[in-house]
Amino acid sequence: MPSQARERRRKNRDSSLTDQQRSLPLPTVALVGNPNSGKTTLFNALTGTHQKVANYPGVTVEEVSAEVEIGETTLKFTDLPGLYSLDPATEDEAVAVGVLRGDFGSRPDLLVCVVDANNLERNLYLVGELLEQGAPLIVALTMTDVAAREGVQVDPHALASELGVDVIPVTAHRKGGARPILEAIERWLETRADHMVVSTCDTQEMQHYTEAISQALARIGIDALRSEIRAAVLDPGTSLRGAEEFPEVDALLQQAREAAAREEFHETAAATRYEWANRIATNVTRREAKRTLSITDRIDRILVHRVGGLLVFLAVMYFVFQSIYTLAAPLMTLIEDGFAWVGSAVSGWLEPWPLAQSAIVDGLIAGLAAMFVFLPQILILFFFIAFLEGTGYLARAAFLMDRLLGWCGLNGRAFIPLLSSFACAVPGIMAARVMPDARSRLATILVAPLMSCSARLPVYVLLIGAFIEPQFGPTVAGITLFGMHLLGLVVAIPVVLVLNRAIFKAHRLPFLLELPAYQWPKWRDVLLTMYMRGKVFVSVAGRIIVTMSILVWALLYFPRSDEDFARFRSEYEQLPARTQALISEDAYLEQRQAENSLLGRFGKAIEPIFIPAGFDWRITMGILAAFPAREVIVPTLGIIFNLGSDVDEGSRDLRSSLQAATWPDGSRLITPWTAVGLMVFFALCCQCMATLATVRRETNGWKWPVFMFTYMSVLAYLGAVAVHQLELAFS
Amino acid sequence: MIASEAKWQDLKVGSRARVTGFRKIGKLSKRLMEMGLTVGAEFTVQKVAPLGDPIEIVLRGYRLCLRKRESDDVRIEILP
Repeated sequence: MPSQARERRRKNRDSSLTDQQRSLPLPTVALVGNPNSGKTTLFNALTGTHQKVANYPGVTVEEVSAEVEIGETTLKFTDLPGLYSLDPATEDEAVAVGVLRGDFGSRPDLLVCVVDANNLERNLYLVGELLEQGAPLIVALTMTDVAAREGVQVDPHALASELGVDVIPVTAHRKGGARPILEAIERWLETRADHMVVSTCDTQEMQHYTEAISQALARIGIDALRSEIRAAVLDPGTSLRGAEEFPEVDALLQQAREAAAREEFHETAAATRYEWANRIATNVTRREAKRTLSITDRIDRILVHRVGGLLVFLAVMYFVFQSIYTLAAPLMTLIEDGFAWVGSAVSGWLEPWPLAQSAIVDGLIAGLAAMFVFLPQILILFFFIAFLEGTGYLARAAFLMDRLLGWCGLNGRAFIPLLSSFACAVPGIMAARVMPDARSRLATILVAPLMSCSARLPVYVLLIGAFIEPQFGPTVAGITLFGMHLLGLVVAIPVVLVLNRAIFKAHRLPFLLELPAYQWPKWRDVLLTMYMRGKVFVSVAGRIIVTMSILVWALLYFPRSDEDFARFRSEYEQLPARTQALISEDAYLEQRQAENSLLGRFGKAIEPIFIPAGFDWRITMGILAAFPAREVIVPTLGIIFNLGSDVDEGSRDLRSSLQAATWPDGSRLITPWTAVGLMVFFALCCQCMATLATVRRETNGWKWPVFMFTYMSVLAYLGAVAVHQLELAFS
Repeated sequence: MIASEAKWQDLKVGSRARVTGFRKIGKLSKRLMEMGLTVGAEFTVQKVAPLGDPIEIVLRGYRLCLRKRESDDVRIEILP
């Protein structure tokens, strides 16, 4: 261990002033390990609900950390993204490696490497790389219970003496199961001992060069990790601190790079490391006489069967989908009714202040309702995801579905996010987290809102009920409804192909998926996943949804003046009695105010844009007002057609008003073609602020939500125009 | 029967194979090596997905799924 760092640590330890200690950064402990190694279960056991979720700057990768007190010391724990090797292949792995290197603040003071006893050899590959780093390391040995079940016994003492670091067996899901790790961390805090590299598994050639470069750097006072030097040798694109100024270092680096550039170098490096891992794994593992089939193999005979596996898969997915669709519905109604009740109560108190009344009830409370209404679906979906992931089934589902989704550039893991998006894109987009690779995650997120969600249903029901069913009968109506659901799916395919070719054209990663041994899900992990996802949604996406709701309210509310209302009232009085009998004064005032509002004026101003689609300013305004959520077009049309906002998609008055609406020249405004065009528009557009807010949260920036809104709006517009132009061509 | 050079497409459920080398060393094949497909490594084909790809292999004591068409850079021979 380089002496500078040791010196710095000693200073930290010796300082006896507590407030001085407090001003120092907290000692950090990073959890590293392979995906599926039980790392997150251990992290949950160590930190519980103290967890904070943020994004690493500039990337879509989440930083999960927590501060925990051990004795008198407060430690910061970080759960790094799972990784297979220190030569990162995905953005998530690159972040994990970046944290280890100190790219995001200081390097972790202690690493806890989580090692799956049931998959020792491959897990040791990463341990080998970490040992060469020279950073303090504790190995947490997990899944010993699963391994025992499969007839595998790992001797932790033997492993510890092979590796030269502490090896602590943990059963993190049991009460107090993480205790031994906390004790090991406590012991480390007392000494802050750096581990000695007792064994190394690098090729002799690489050992020779890293050692030489490390010594050369130490002579000029630079403290570099072995892994940093290795990375600089292996990737000529990276630079090594000191190499540019000091010719001695640079010369060594160039020599090492020449050696590493030879084809067989990587082959030998990986093979040597696996030889090392295999030797240790064999030495410390005792296997029972081989049973005919392990439990996992037996379950897999059914769950991954060519026919049976697919049937089980369909049944599971049907159940998940039905649950988010139907189980959530009463809860959503409850939330909506609750907020409506609060709204009317508050509305009563604020009667004397109409501006505040409208702003708070129609802006703020409506926005809160619009946000909380998503929570049931999010929680239910993440219950299933955490449950299925915890058992090991999610990986099997991805295996079964990969071919179906893989040919257009997605992969098997995209199935759950896309299926969920048929209920609602918001939980669907959040479910894209199941994909460990940022690029596939982004591709899935970008097409998820094309799946026809339940918020489009009111639009379809209204228009099909008013224009398709009366004229063509229930069969055609049914086919139209089905076609609308199919449309988004069909359009998603070329979109993914184009995205993969044009935007993500950088190297594609192979689809590699580990099928873990089956086990019971850990309930604490399931509950924590639901809790954290709900919290993240409410605190980040929720804020954006409420802000946008208030903004759209303002666009519909202003300008507003007593003079305007007096004018509207006298207009109403001058209407013929026949018309007055059909329209109430309140509905007329509401319609005139909407028309006069900023949004109404904007709708009129951009009417020419929508003329090629056969939409007039009224439909245009309905589209604009439906920016917060697609289903808002229904009450907006209610207002525009003098029925007030209290209408739903089944409303007979609204249907007949739409059927009777005309252009100024007396021709019908909405023909069956126009209705289809409008439905196509709503099938393809991204009129949903909750979706945009969620994408903003998940992709850590406004770039992708803006891109998504733009591409979907363009598709929607072109679709609607195409339908109208077909109409013109045929009639 | 002597072990013979084979294509990934030829693998069936129950086939045993050994890695003999690499056609090309790139990001893809490096990752496969890190997952354990190094020269000399032996594996068994456990399952083939309903549509023919991906396949599940048992390698170094764990189950790994990969796509046949993405693994062509890895040379293999089928063991008798």
